[in-house]
Amino acid sequence: MLIKTVGGYWDPIVWIVAFIVIAIIAYIIRAFGKREYKGGEQTKPFLSGVEEPSKEKVHVRASNIYWGFIEALKGYYDYMKRMHSGVVNDYVAWFVGVAAIMFVVMFAAVII
Amino acid sequence: MNVMEHLPALIIAIPLLAAFLTPLVDKISKKVRNAVVFIALAATFILTIFLVQDVFENGIMIYVMGASNPTQTIPMQAAVPIRIVLEIDGLSAFMALISVLIALIGLIYSFSHVEERGGKFYTLFLLMLVGMLGMELTGDLFNLFVFLEIASIASAALITYEFKRGSTTEAALKYIVISSIAALFVLFAIGLLYGEYDLLNMAAIAKAIKITGLSNIDMIALILFFAAFAMKAGAAPMHMWMPDAYGEAPGAVSMVLIAVTQASLYALLRVCFTIYADSLHVVIPAAIIIFGLISIFIGVTMALIQDDIKRLIAYAAVAEVGYILLAIGVGLYGVLNNEVELYARKALQGGIFHIFNDILDIGLLFLVAGGIIYITKERNLNKLGGLAHSMKYTSILFLIGLAAVAGLPPMNGFASKIMIYESVYKVSPILSIVAILASIIMLAIFVKIFHSVFTGPKISEQKDVPKLMLASMIILAALIIFFGLFPDIIINNIVNPAVNALIENAAYISNVMG
Repeated sequence: MLIKTVGGYWDPIVWIVAFIVIAIIAYIIRAFGKREYKGGEQTKPFLSGVEEPSKEKVHVRASNIYWGFIEALKGYYDYMKRMHSGVVNDYVAWFVGVAAIMFVVMFAAVII
Repeated sequence: MNVMEHLPALIIAIPLLAAFLTPLVDKISKKVRNAVVFIALAATFILTIFLVQDVFENGIMIYVMGASNPTQTIPMQAAVPIRIVLEIDGLSAFMALISVLIALIGLIYSFSHVEERGGKFYTLFLLMLVGMLGMELTGDLFNLFVFLEIASIASAALITYEFKRGSTTEAALKYIVISSIAALFVLFAIGLLYGEYDLLNMAAIAKAIKITGLSNIDMIALILFFAAFAMKAGAAPMHMWMPDAYGEAPGAVSMVLIAVTQASLYALLRVCFTIYADSLHVVIPAAIIIFGLISIFIGVTMALIQDDIKRLIAYAAVAEVGYILLAIGVGLYGVLNNEVELYARKALQGGIFHIFNDILDIGLLFLVAGGIIYITKERNLNKLGGLAHSMKYTSILFLIGLAAVAGLPPMNGFASKIMIYESVYKVSPILSIVAILASIIMLAIFVKIFHSVFTGPKISEQKDVPKLMLASMIILAALIIFFGLFPDIIINNIVNPAVNALIENAAYISNVMG
């Protein structure tokens, strides 16, 4: 079960035992909570008094997830989309270009 | 005839014969056809297990094609190997085992839905396996080229098999164009080495380079090999064909295509660690590390913006290749700098283990995605949702794959990634930081898929995937959990012999050259 890494070791069984122990402790702490708190108005989301929309209307679609992250990296993504043009000529150009750079770097490194 | 003696040849010959038998049997009955293909693959798998066991117990296995004595590598009247030699060391055995295993699981998956034109499908499927196995077992460079071509042509045809869309045909065309150019690079490099040494055998060429030192011709050949195999392995920025090919292929084919990609990675390892070995300049491991980092970064960031479920997984596969390249680059750097025990061995263990994990984890996700597309006829994440209501088993299996790819403990992906993180840290902490951050983004990516596809309100009533599809996914998930809980079993028994084969390359040469 145990594997040695450069800095120490990894034992999944120890991890699982620790996970179970922590889960039990968390469950015990949770059990101390007031039972009557569950259910009722207080557990519903509060949207400034506005009624909660149906689940169908509020389900976030894939292209909207991480919108902020993608918007923050707009410049990077614009470049990457241009790079991934879908044109096979571009694919070949990248391949040959990388090979050419490898030639230059390799021979330069050996000469130096 | 002693079967054990002829194992390497039989492992290639059985699926090859079955490939050409399949269209004929298909005319008789679909069931008989399926039985023939399954028996052929199961037999290949069993023989591969025997081969692996033999190699791990007795060391490198040699098989000379067409010779009266299959272990006589150099004929009586010659000074160098002339015939095609199959040479199987720990690394070849490891690769062959996972290739056949994944093909067998892919075959079970395919039985559930491949009926129409199945004869052609299974012929190409078996030929793809033959190509992979040939690449992994051969000790001859020209033979490697031939098998690379077989694997590429069969893969391109399989990409177009299921979906009759313009983009599918386009993806296959792009794949064959880029593969052909890579194959020409390889052929040109082989020609250069043959012109210089009059040799095609890898061990013989390795010995010649060791004796004469690295010439300019050798360097040109090395760069051609390097560029071609790195591109075929899916290293960014030469990875663009991968999302097209993986994204458009049927689910099982996408999974087996990962193994084809890994066969190219194997060829890259063979070139770097066996043929050139100590003669390599430190630029090569540095380049592998840089390609690894770029692949990880581009893979995860591009996956984040995909709305096509299979293209998203394909970009994640690019990132996974990046992890493997990063580990291998650091391992090679350590080997060249005589720091094997300090970190190189662990880096290579992590990298080789991750090859296995990558195929299982990404493979499972591709199978789940294939199942979703098969049931819903939809691949756009924006149009999917709530499938956990009706596809309970599939959603659980996806969760397992998700956790494994993201490297969450106690899954197998975590075990290999922690070995990679810690070993690459010894070369530069920045490498570890990038790798760990990318893993976190990877988790975010798959949370996006799970949220989009499985959670939320039920859009339409769907049934779960067919039983055979489910069975193949369960086999993969079971392997993921098993090797996550017991990583020592695979590391001690399968990964370590492969790593030793990489580090101690002298044995590979001496077994052929004496």
